[in-house]
Amino acid sequence: MSLWDSITRLYHKFGSPKYFYELSGKLLPWFLGLTVLTLIPGVIWGLGFAPIDEEQGHSYRIIFIHVPSASIAMGGYVMMAVASAIGIIWKMKMAEMVAKAIAPIGASFTFLCLVTGAIWGKPTWNTWWVWDARLTSMLVLLFLYIGFIALQNAIENPASAAKASGILAIVGVVNLPIIKYSVNWWNTLHQPATLKITESSAIDPSMLYPLLLSITGFYCLFGLLVLLATRNEVLTREQRSRWVQQEVMK
Amino acid sequence: MNDIDSEVLPLSQGFWALLKRDLVLAFRQRGDMINPLFFFVMVISLFPLGVGPEASQLQKMAPGIIWIAALLSTLLAVDSLFRQDFDDGALELLLLSPHPLFVLVSAKVFAHWLVTSVPLIIASPFLGVMLFLEGEVLGVVMLTLLIGTPILSMISAIGAALTVGLRKGGVLIAIIALPLYVPVLIFGTSAIQAASIELPYIGQLAYLAALLAIAVTFAPFAIAAGLRVSVSG
Amino acid sequence: MPVSPNSLLTADSLFCERDDRVLFSGLSFSVEPGQILQIEGPNGSGKTTLIRILCGLSQDFEGDLFWRGQPMSEVASQFRQSCVYFGHNTGVKLALTAEENLHWMSQIKGIQADKHSLNENIQNLLDKVGLRGFEDVPLYTLSAGQKRRVALASLLLKPIPLWILDEPFTAIDKKGVAELEQLIIEQANNGGSVVLTTHHELAISPEKLKTLTLGSQATQSEARMDLEQEAADE
Repeated sequence: MSLWDSITRLYHKFGSPKYFYELSGKLLPWFLGLTVLTLIPGVIWGLGFAPIDEEQGHSYRIIFIHVPSASIAMGGYVMMAVASAIGIIWKMKMAEMVAKAIAPIGASFTFLCLVTGAIWGKPTWNTWWVWDARLTSMLVLLFLYIGFIALQNAIENPASAAKASGILAIVGVVNLPIIKYSVNWWNTLHQPATLKITESSAIDPSMLYPLLLSITGFYCLFGLLVLLATRNEVLTREQRSRWVQQEVMK
Repeated sequence: MNDIDSEVLPLSQGFWALLKRDLVLAFRQRGDMINPLFFFVMVISLFPLGVGPEASQLQKMAPGIIWIAALLSTLLAVDSLFRQDFDDGALELLLLSPHPLFVLVSAKVFAHWLVTSVPLIIASPFLGVMLFLEGEVLGVVMLTLLIGTPILSMISAIGAALTVGLRKGGVLIAIIALPLYVPVLIFGTSAIQAASIELPYIGQLAYLAALLAIAVTFAPFAIAAGLRVSVSG
Repeated sequence: MPVSPNSLLTADSLFCERDDRVLFSGLSFSVEPGQILQIEGPNGSGKTTLIRILCGLSQDFEGDLFWRGQPMSEVASQFRQSCVYFGHNTGVKLALTAEENLHWMSQIKGIQADKHSLNENIQNLLDKVGLRGFEDVPLYTLSAGQKRRVALASLLLKPIPLWILDEPFTAIDKKGVAELEQLIIEQANNGGSVVLTTHHELAISPEKLKTLTLGSQATQSEARMDLEQEAADE
């Protein structure tokens, strides 16, 4: 059997909603376990036991939520675009469903990032909102997510909805670095040298380790949520097929 | 009937034919053509009523006011870009044309830009004067709009292509396109701001030109793909 | 199914579902030169969907299409030069005159002709579809039937091997129907093919005419079985 054959076999295997549903069913407990094992200790360590920052005091602790959600907000959009591209190029329905599932979850983490940024802003700058480069980029990113979700909801035929919003996600991901760059550029032009949220050039290991653990935990949570949402989407899209009906009857 | 099958077509044929057709159509329906300009003028005139008539303040806000009015009016105009062709079936003929679809949509977007954005560019210095901009700055306003509005047209055309099959295009196009407008808005306004405090603005114009190059290269493919999805669904 | 390079258009095991309803499944047929294929079926049986799949407007299906024996995706540009589509909405622009409409349509179809011969051709065609004297008025001043005649003239801009017509007889008067029927027969006699949907009884000799019936109980249950087989296979 040639390499190509095994690739096509894998493609058909992972492209099959039924296979995905079964596989993800087996993976779910593992994801849940990993999430519990990393997220809870990471957040407790960061919020409760990591040392106090010299400049910012306790308020810096919000980075243990803010930074992971920022990372997922960006990463989620890229994943969504990649999944959409796979769905469009190789006509893989499964990838389209993953992209659709990521959108609201990614948007929620983006929103969480904005809210924690605002909460952090209050003690740091004594205002709930600053037009900081990162926060502004995040706001635009949230708008990009909203565009994707709105288009997805507006089109009734699921196949067209997936393709149309997929094209939008790809256009968005091409624009993402341009937007980020232009917003940074704009920001340095208007507010030179404010206190940057995560501009700690040498972060102490006693803060770094809980942060890394917390980021891992957030990614596990994200994976878990995407898996659950995709399974839900599979059942909706394939509701007419026999295996779903049997699954629901069980 | 076999020998005629596979001629190699000149790329420009479809482009010029469609450009000419759309310009003639726009000229015959002049009323629609002038509306984005009226919108542009009205939005800008409302700002002094909203924020007060002091010259210094308006002068400071002028770049933002002009650019936001320009991007709103391109958004407003773009809904009609593919709508008529979609409704009367001409879009299907374009999709089934042997000419590459990205060439045809480029012609359509170019025609649309000529008809809806060029009047704004021409009117912009007069509006700039109303917002107390002076001298060279007025030229820079025109220049940024000249480079920037084609990018806006390209981006909003992606939105129009993705939503042309839906009855409720309008607001959806705005939600899709506005976040993508951010870089154009930033560089466009900042060039004008730089010019008004007599700083060099060539860098901002270069950024805008780079964005234009990217948009002209890639957007037609996204628009074409979007139209195929919209007509297929 | 073997794909013959002599057939113009070949469809191999097409499957299409809309809104969770299987329209057709395992649908295979071919269109030979000189043949007229009439697609029949009740409303909602997928006639228009099939037509749109055949001409390449809809990609929302499974199965394969071949043009002159080659996979459609490889010869798309060739196919588009060799096929005209005439749908519910004909694409004529109401603010343009008949002449102007045929002009842009011919350019978009990639027809290479110098200005003079194109103009002459357009005059002849307008004559042929009975619009002499209406060349220079915008189409919105014409009747629905006359607008459709302008679009019909666009079929004849150059000899094209395959016509795909969706309900072409709509809104045309009796005389026009007879004339269109004559055009279809001429197209077949010249070695071209026509695929069309219509409820109209065609007065065409049976050896040239092939019919394809959609939405019969048989194809539906067959489709259902296929699906369940597929599900079981997975």
